[in-house]
Amino acid sequence: MNHVHALTKRLASPLALVLGALLVFASNTQAQSETAPAETAVTATAAEAAIPTEAVAEPATPASTVDVAAPVADKGDTAWILVCTAIVIFMTLPGLGLFYGGLVRSKNMLSILMQCFVVFSLVVVLWTLYGYSLAFTTGNAFFGGGDRLLMKGLTASSNGATFSKGVVIPELAFFAFQAAFAAITCALIVGAFAERAKFAAVLVFTVLWFTFAYTPMAHMVWFFAGPDAYTSAEAATAANATAGYLFQKGALDFAGGTVVHINAAIAGLVGAYMIGKRVGYGRESMKPHNLTFTMAGASMLWVGWFGFNAGSALEANGSAALAFANTLVAPAAAVLAWTLGEWVTKGKPSMLGAASGAVAGLVAITPAGGFVGLGGALIIGAVGGFACLWGVTGLKRLMGADDALDVFGVHGIGGIVGALLTGVFAAPSLGGSGIWDYVANDVVPEYSIGGQVLIQATGVGVTLLWSGIVALIAFKIADLLVGLRVSQEQEREGLDISSHGEAAYDH
Amino acid sequence: MKLITAIIRTFKLDEVRDALAGAGVNGLTVTEVKGYGRQKGHTELYRGAEYVVDFLPKLKIEAVVSDALLEAALEAIQSSARTDKVGDGKIFVTAVEAVIRIRTGEIDDDAI
Repeated sequence: MNHVHALTKRLASPLALVLGALLVFASNTQAQSETAPAETAVTATAAEAAIPTEAVAEPATPASTVDVAAPVADKGDTAWILVCTAIVIFMTLPGLGLFYGGLVRSKNMLSILMQCFVVFSLVVVLWTLYGYSLAFTTGNAFFGGGDRLLMKGLTASSNGATFSKGVVIPELAFFAFQAAFAAITCALIVGAFAERAKFAAVLVFTVLWFTFAYTPMAHMVWFFAGPDAYTSAEAATAANATAGYLFQKGALDFAGGTVVHINAAIAGLVGAYMIGKRVGYGRESMKPHNLTFTMAGASMLWVGWFGFNAGSALEANGSAALAFANTLVAPAAAVLAWTLGEWVTKGKPSMLGAASGAVAGLVAITPAGGFVGLGGALIIGAVGGFACLWGVTGLKRLMGADDALDVFGVHGIGGIVGALLTGVFAAPSLGGSGIWDYVANDVVPEYSIGGQVLIQATGVGVTLLWSGIVALIAFKIADLLVGLRVSQEQEREGLDISSHGEAAYDH
Repeated sequence: MKLITAIIRTFKLDEVRDALAGAGVNGLTVTEVKGYGRQKGHTELYRGAEYVVDFLPKLKIEAVVSDALLEAALEAIQSSARTDKVGDGKIFVTAVEAVIRIRTGEIDDDAI
């Protein structure tokens, strides 16, 4: 009972499941495709209603030929994940670009768009070369291995696991979906040191941080052997031993509260401290140059976030629908919370506040995704909205860093609030989905809110430390190699002209 | 000949233009400007950052008139641009030494 319990906790993280599946397939890289009939646990148990269960076996070892067809990726699941991937890409380009771009001064508009564009592209290339392998193949608890280096053995017929036994999706779809996550995470960071960072430094930092912070965090939180490995208590123990560090601890992160938001936010904050404040910060007006762009960008982020959160279910099923609905209601609650809070404390409700509230709510609901019910989502959204309003005002003053576009105030605070509250509202007694036990094929009967929140806090702490330290070193190296910021003259002139030789507008 | 330079509220332009035309002034130059006088600015709040905006948008209109038309023109601007609230603007009058119409070479009053 005890170990089943412990193990079920580990099973919780959905993405991890996918990863796990990938692992299974990674081992048969060459043999790729044709997932041979799995003799193991051909669990016909209808435990998970609506979810056909067959084991995803390792092709290379066709054991006793029980005549079970190899899992074939469902066309609906495949289409869903591909569409989700495309709209998650749309979140960065142009969504995040416009959201951020509207907030800078007009002389730096193109620099922020350019950083988003090139960081995105750089990370996608790195992801293809080695990032995917480091994040989503079997290695140790912190880093994956080299099974997919240079995309070795990854073909159109490779399949990856989902969160349901015997259900697979094309591994290439998972690869692309996760590439979009890695890319937006790295792009999020640039907002913290906008308007003064040297372009070359941003690129050097991105390579280092992506390699040593993003890929291990994704591995730690999401990587596991896949549901089909959990056939018995013993098999589950063995499978867990290959999972990521935080996955083993049982941390819940549906779509990336730790991996994406807290991860990026702390890196940005470290960057804001190390690069220093903008020239004239606190004395000159640095008001946003076009909040219309910011509103449009925030709205694109919201739409793309349906792909981000609901797509993280990896299947077109009820879990995806739950994450979808939560991604609708949580930001709505956060918009109201931020607007109300600003109206009461500052006198006027602002458009920038509403747009920021939406992003805050989206960040906060990300780790909760398909784990919490609608009521929980409303509360997480509202708390996230209020908390992030404080993050960009009171907390920002306390910290004293020039986090130009409030990356930490929104993504850091929103991510932490979301991660902790996920531990609360995932409780079945509060309308959550609880923790799934892949051995029993049922929800674990007991759920300790306090215990889970503690685990969530561990995840938050590990992310803050790991990413913060890697960021510190990465910025140091970038500083030594190319220097972190442009000259004061160039900064005054604006990065559009001084760094990129072009201007967004004719004045 | 006199140069009339008036700073007016942005939304008063059409009324001022009509009034000046009615007074016989048939040429006008308009520039968007920012400035401050007795009228206070306002504060703008962007998340945690608060900015006091001292320079308010106004319009600067410039017209050169003959001495005979000056009084009527000033009266036209004053009556059309007034709202009786702080921030209605100011009118400056300066002497003009010469005016030349580029196309014809006409000078002074003939060129206005």
